[in-house]
Amino acid sequence: MSVLVLAENPKGRFKKAAYELVHYGHLTAKSLGGECIALVIGGVDGAGDLGKYGASKVIHLADFKAGFDSGVYANIITQIAEQVGAHTVVVNHSSAGKSLAGRIAVRMDAGIVSQVNTVPAKEGSGITVGKPVFSGKAFAKFKVEGDKRVFSLMGNAIAVAEVGQACPVESLSVNIPESNVTVKEVKTVDGIVPLPEAELVVSAGRGMKGPENWGIIEELAKTIGATTACSRPVADTGWRPHHEHVGQTGVAIRPNLYIAAGISGAIQHLAGVNSSKCIVVINKDPEAPFFKAADYGVCADLFDVVPRLTEAFKKFKSQ
Amino acid sequence: MKLLVCITKTPETTAKIAFSDGNSKFDENGVQFIMNPYDEWYALVRALELKEKHGGSVTVINVGLTANDAVIRKALAIGADDAVRIDAEALSAGQVAANIAAYAKDKEYDIIFTGKESIDFNGSEVGGMIAEHLSISYISYASHMEHDGAKAVISRDIEGGVEVVEVQNPFVVSASKGLAEQRIPNMRGIMMAKRKPFEVVEASVKTSKVSVVSYELPPAKTGVKMVDPEDMDELVRLLHEEAKVI
Ligand SMILES: Cc1cc2nc3c(=O)[nH]c(=O)nc-3n(C[C@H](O)[C@H](O)[C@H](O)COP(=O)(O)OP(=O)(O)OC[C@H]3O[C@@H](n4cnc5c(N)ncnc54)[C@H](O)[C@@H]3O)c2cc1C
Ligand SMILES: Nc1ncnc2c1ncn2[C@@H]1O[C@H](COP(=O)(O)O)[C@@H](O)[C@H]1O
Repeated sequence: MSVLVLAENPKGRFKKAAYELVHYGHLTAKSLGGECIALVIGGVDGAGDLGKYGASKVIHLADFKAGFDSGVYANIITQIAEQVGAHTVVVNHSSAGKSLAGRIAVRMDAGIVSQVNTVPAKEGSGITVGKPVFSGKAFAKFKVEGDKRVFSLMGNAIAVAEVGQACPVESLSVNIPESNVTVKEVKTVDGIVPLPEAELVVSAGRGMKGPENWGIIEELAKTIGATTACSRPVADTGWRPHHEHVGQTGVAIRPNLYIAAGISGAIQHLAGVNSSKCIVVINKDPEAPFFKAADYGVCADLFDVVPRLTEAFKKFKSQ
Repeated sequence: MKLLVCITKTPETTAKIAFSDGNSKFDENGVQFIMNPYDEWYALVRALELKEKHGGSVTVINVGLTANDAVIRKALAIGADDAVRIDAEALSAGQVAANIAAYAKDKEYDIIFTGKESIDFNGSEVGGMIAEHLSISYISYASHMEHDGAKAVISRDIEGGVEVVEVQNPFVVSASKGLAEQRIPNMRGIMMAKRKPFEVVEASVKTSKVSVVSYELPPAKTGVKMVDPEDMDELVRLLHEEAKVI
């Protein structure tokens, strides 16, 4: 029996999320029994390195090249799950993982819990696992009955650790079903860590007055290597692109550091960001609700404070 | 085009989140419920736009008990032609999807819409599960869709950008921000909703493999530490030495 994890390799390389997932698979195998087997679809270098994070074996379907179709991928993953006798399949809670998890669960006739952030445990007749609910306003412990289950792992929820050495890599043969989906184009911005994976985030709201003022936010973000985000009205009015919108109806994030400038801290904004490990709020209004959810607060005009903070970070980094 | 839109009911976004029965149940006391924003603002409206362009019908479907009728009526008021409620408590994404798929199986919908996620359990699960039950394509997190009646070109949100895909009918699509512009129901719509067909059907799947055991609120913040605006070196020092995030 085994835990099968899908290690994603966008643009032919693994990212932190893949290592997190493999390590989570390792911890899950320790808890539920069996070994952790990593599945890699498409070309990548150093697949065997996944062994360092806890995979005992990597199944590498190196020749598969088609664009992403959740139906085709779910079909292939389920075939592999059967061949390796997987009782548990885990994917990242990524754009691909989210569209796969449900399909895999139906194919395997398994229970599904998405966006998990704890290692599952045996409990009574089933297993239990935790995840955030109500857009991060609470946590819930779920119980899954039956002998199979599918999870998607939330980003930044598990600390990656090296526990072993490179492991064997092998291939298995699968039937590739026909696809009704053609990927025409992938438009991504290079060199930016996507928000759900970002460890450092600098975010700004309506207090910025207008899009022309965002230079100081970008400068701060660049200085510490952070990803930029914004509140909803800022994205709605087109000051910033939609994919930067965080909160209950935007992207939910969990960085180590979230710096919020000129954001009031409405409940819908907090919902998507309050799992951040450390929150810094810069706001000129001492009554801004965000201060109640913050670890560090600076009550002042952001147009003074943000450049000063950037300078302080530059000084710190040069030391 | 024959279009089906899955809608669910969620607590209003400012609702106080509390639990009862030894933290095993969501406390609905005093909580207002709304249609899940992704279902209402984007999925339903994009379906209505397609019907306006290509003709056909828009049916909304919900798995739930009669307490959901108000939300379903709102979807009719916004413009759906008819509604179906599968009469069972929604226990999990798996059970919801199995019921919707069983209902949709022989009805040949061109497109089945869902929201990208429900804002209570944040599963993002139902759409893919319906698609797998019906063995059709599933495009998640659609933020833009062109459709010529037979096939669609869809931009779907991925990490750090979008992926543009082409897909033939039939398919399931989950709606994210940008797919359409929110519509507010008007008086005429609200009046007409009362006379629109509203079917209640028996559930085919009433059990679930997955259930919630207990809830927990996040630990309260210990209190904010205010830093002198003149001394940003101090803030950097705290982030480095105390919070250890830099
Ligand atoms: C159904 C629903 C869903 C929603 N979902 C989301 C969501 O996902 N994400 C989200 O962000 N919002 C969401 N909202 C909106 C939310 O309720 C708030 O309206 C929004 O977060 C406010 O954005 P803001 O803080 O940028 O602007 P404001 O509330 O206008 O706050 C601006 C802040 O900037 C401060 N400020 C102004 N000038 C300066 C200065 N010079 N220096 C320092 N500080 C200054 C002000 O004191 C104020 O606190 C949702 C609302 C609804 C109804
Ligand atoms: N009880 C339900 N009845 C009908 N549709 C639902 C129900 N629950 C969820 N959905 C649909 O599935 C989408 C995703 O929900 P979830 O998988 O719970 O995040 C929602 O946006 C709805 O479109």
